[in-house]
Amino acid sequence: MSAILSVRDLEKTFGSIVAARDITVDIPPQQRVGIIGANGAGKTTFINMITGYLKPSKGTVRFEDRDITGHSTREIMRSGISRSFQVAQIFPSLTVFDNICAAAAIARGPAGTLGHALRPLRAPETMAEADAAIELFQIARYRNTRAATLPQGVRKLLDIAMAVVGWPRLLLLDEPTSGISIEEKFALMDVVMTALKSRQMTVLFVEHDMEIVSRFADRVLAFYDGTVIADGPPDVALSDPRVQTLISGTKVAKAESAHV
Amino acid sequence: MATRANLVGAVCFILLAAIAPALPGWFLSLTTIAFANALVVLGLIILWRTGLVPFGQALYYCAGAYTVALLARWFKVSDAFVLIILGGVIAGLIAFLIGFLLARYREIFFAMLSLALSMILYGVLVKTESLGSTDGFSVEPPTFLGWAPHGQALGFALYWLVLAVCAISAVLVSAYFRTAAGALAVPIRDNEIRVEFLGVSVNRLIHIKLVIAGTLGGFGGALGAMTIGHVDPAMSYWTTSGGFVFVTILAGAGSVAAAFVGSLVFEIVRSIAVDVLPGFWQLILGSVLLLTILFLPEGLGSIATRFRRSKEPAT
Amino acid sequence: MLTAFAIVTDGLVYAAYLFLVAVGLTLIFGVMKILNVTHGSFYAFGAYGAATAVGIYWDRGLPDAGGFLFMVLLAMAIGLVIGLILERGILRLVYGKDEVVIVLVTYAVFLILEDVITLIWGPRSYAAYQPMVAAGNVDVGNLTLANYDIGLVVLAALLAVLSFFALKRTRFGRLLAVVIFDRETAAAFGVNVTVVYTITFAIGAILGALGGAVMAPKISVTLGIGVEVIVLAFAVVAIGGMGSVEGALVGALIVGICRAAAVHLVPQIELFIIYGVMALVLAFRPYGLFTRAQPRKI
Repeated sequence: MSAILSVRDLEKTFGSIVAARDITVDIPPQQRVGIIGANGAGKTTFINMITGYLKPSKGTVRFEDRDITGHSTREIMRSGISRSFQVAQIFPSLTVFDNICAAAAIARGPAGTLGHALRPLRAPETMAEADAAIELFQIARYRNTRAATLPQGVRKLLDIAMAVVGWPRLLLLDEPTSGISIEEKFALMDVVMTALKSRQMTVLFVEHDMEIVSRFADRVLAFYDGTVIADGPPDVALSDPRVQTLISGTKVAKAESAHV
Repeated sequence: MATRANLVGAVCFILLAAIAPALPGWFLSLTTIAFANALVVLGLIILWRTGLVPFGQALYYCAGAYTVALLARWFKVSDAFVLIILGGVIAGLIAFLIGFLLARYREIFFAMLSLALSMILYGVLVKTESLGSTDGFSVEPPTFLGWAPHGQALGFALYWLVLAVCAISAVLVSAYFRTAAGALAVPIRDNEIRVEFLGVSVNRLIHIKLVIAGTLGGFGGALGAMTIGHVDPAMSYWTTSGGFVFVTILAGAGSVAAAFVGSLVFEIVRSIAVDVLPGFWQLILGSVLLLTILFLPEGLGSIATRFRRSKEPAT
Repeated sequence: MLTAFAIVTDGLVYAAYLFLVAVGLTLIFGVMKILNVTHGSFYAFGAYGAATAVGIYWDRGLPDAGGFLFMVLLAMAIGLVIGLILERGILRLVYGKDEVVIVLVTYAVFLILEDVITLIWGPRSYAAYQPMVAAGNVDVGNLTLANYDIGLVVLAALLAVLSFFALKRTRFGRLLAVVIFDRETAAAFGVNVTVVYTITFAIGAILGALGGAVMAPKISVTLGIGVEVIVLAFAVVAIGGMGSVEGALVGALIVGICRAAAVHLVPQIELFIIYGVMALVLAFRPYGLFTRAQPRKI
C-alpha cells in the first residue's frame, strides 16, 4: 500500500456554491501534512468529506485501498480515521478522565453488536487506556477536572486525546492551535506531535500560523478558492509566489525544519 | 457503590412486600398505582438522561392498558403474568416502529412529535365505539397462575406483583446504566456530534432507549389497568403524559430509586391535595412543580446526591 | 358539490379559529424560544372574561356593536395583565435555562392558573351565545352561514395582514425579526432584548385572550377548554414552523380544511386528523413548513 489516503477529483457544491473542486492528492503513511488557506477556501470542507460529515458531489476517497467515498461518519471513524475539531468538541459535564474513558470504551471492540453495547463502561482496560492517553498528552494535572472548566489549551489537548485513544491510523486535526495564545502554540503542537509520532499516525492538520506549518509539517497543501494551488515540502510550497500572494501574505523566513 | 444501592433497594422492596397486611387498603391501592406509574417514569428517566424529554409516554401506558383490557375481554386471557408481558411487548413493538421516526428528533421537536403520536392514539380510541369511546370499558380482575383472588386478597396479589415487576425492572435498568450503551447517555446529551464522531450511531442508541422506555410504559399501563379495573382514552391524553413528566422533575433523573420514591410522593401529595383541598389540587401541584424547578432543578433526588457528595473525600 | 362547499366554509371557519389561537403562540416561540403552555390559560381567561362581559352587557337594550367591543376589549385587558404578571414575575427568573425547563415552568403555571380560573368563575359552565345570535345568518345557495363565523374568518384574515405588516414594515416588527433570528447578536447591536421580550409576551397573551374571547359565543365556556386548545395550537405551530406567522396561517388552513373534510367524509378520523397531519409534516420537515435551514455546527 503506497498511499494511506488517496483522493481523486473531489468536489463539493452547495447549490450554486462550489466549496471544493478538483482535489487530487495521495498521502503516504506517517506523513505529516499541513493544510493552509484562507477561511472559506475549502479546507474544512475537504476534511468533512474525508470524515463522512459531507458527501462529495463528485470524486472518490480511498483509505488503505478501500473506497470510503460517501460512507457515514460512523463507518469511517470505525475504519481507522479520526479527527479533532476547530472548536473542541468535548463532554462538558464529565471529568477529563471520564471524557477519554467514554472515547476509549467506544473504540474498543467490534461496533454495533449487542455484546459491545452491554459491556461495562469503566472496565479496567478502558481506564488504563484513558490514563495512558492522559500521560501521553501531559494533562494528568487535570485528570479529575470537569471539562467545562478547562483552560482552552487543555480543552484542545483533550479533544485530540479523545480522537487518538482509539489508535487511528489517520488523524485529521482541524486548527489544533486555534484560540491558543502565540506563546503556547508551539508548546501545544510539540506535545501533540510527539504523542502522535509515538503511535505512528499519519496526520493532516489545518493551520493558519505559517511558522508552525514550517516546523511541524513534512508537506504542505495550500487551498485557495476550493482547490489545491500548491503541494510540496514547506520551504517549497511556502515560497510559491501564488501562495504568498493569496494566502501567507508575506515572505516567510526559512524556519528551521527541526523535525520533532 | 452500585451493589450497595442494589442491596438497599432489595431490602426496601422486601420490607414493602412484608408490611402489606399491616397497610390500610386505600394506601395499598395508592402504592400499587404509584409503582405502576413509576415504571413509566423509569422509562422517562432513561430518555431524560440522554437529554430527551418525551411528552407522549402516555401512549405506551395506554397501549399496555388497552392490550390487557382487550386480551381479557376478547380472548378471555386472565393470567396476570401473561397480560403484563403481552402489555409490555405490544407497547415495546409500537415504540420500535415509532422509533424509526422519533429517534431522529431532538429537544422541543422530539417532545412535540411524541406528544402528537400520543394524541393520535387518543383520537383513535375516542372515536372507536366498539372500544367504548370516551367511557372506555372495564377490566376483569386477573388470575395468578390459576389462583383467582377477590377483595382484599386481590389487592395483596396486585401489590406484590407490582413490587416484583418494579424490583426486576430496577435491577435491570441499573445494570443498563452501567453498560456502555446506558452510560453514553450523558455524552450524548452533552455533545451528540462528538459521540457520532467516535463511531457510535446515536440514533440507534436512542431508538433502543425508546423501545426500553416504551416497554416499561407498557408494563406500567398493564399493571395500572389491572389495578384500576378500567381503561379509557384519557390514559393517552397529554395531561397523563404531563403527569409522568411532572414526577420525573420532582424526583430528578439521577437514579433508579428516584422513579419509585418520586411516584410514591407524588401520589401521596396528590391524594392529600384532592382530599383536603379539592378545588386547589392543581394549584398545589403546579406550585410544587414550579418551586422544584426553581430551587431544586435536579429534583428531590439531588438532596441525596448532595448529601452523598459532601461525605466523600476529595479525590 | 354541496359537500365540497360545506367543507370549504367549515374549513375556513375552523382555520380562522386555529390561526387566532396559534399566532400568539408562534410569536412567543419565535422571539423567546419558549413553548408557552400558559397560552391555554390566556385563551381560557379570554373566554371566561368575554362570557362575563356578555353577561354584563347584553340584554340591556344597548347596541350590539358595543357588546362585541366590550367583550373583546375586556378579554384583551385580562390577557395583558396576566401576561405581564407572568413575564415579569416568573418567566424572567428562568430565562437562559434549558428550553424544555422553561416549557415545564409554563406547564406548572398553567396548572396553577386552571385552579385560579375555577376560584374566580367557579366550576359551572357559562353560555355567551348572544353575540352569535345577534349577528344573524345569511343564506348562500343551499347553505346557511352564521354572520359571526364570517366575521371570524374576516378577523383572522385581518390579523394575518396586520401581523405581516407589523413584522415587515414597522420598526418594532423588524426588531422582532432580528431577535427571532439571533438574540445575542441583536443584544450586541443594542437591542433591548428584555423590553422586546416583555412586549412580545404581552402581545402573545393578548392574542391568546382574543382567541378565547371570540370563540366564547360559539362554545360552552367551562373547565378544561384551555387544556384542549393548547395541543391544537401546538399542532398548528409545529406544522407551520415555530416562530412563523405565515406558517401559522398555512398550518391553520391545512388543518382546518383537512378536519372539515374528515367531519363530512370520514368522521372517525376527525379527532386525530390534526395530529396525523402534524406527524406527517414533521416526518418530512422536522422543523415545520416555514423555517430557515439550520447552520453548520462544526
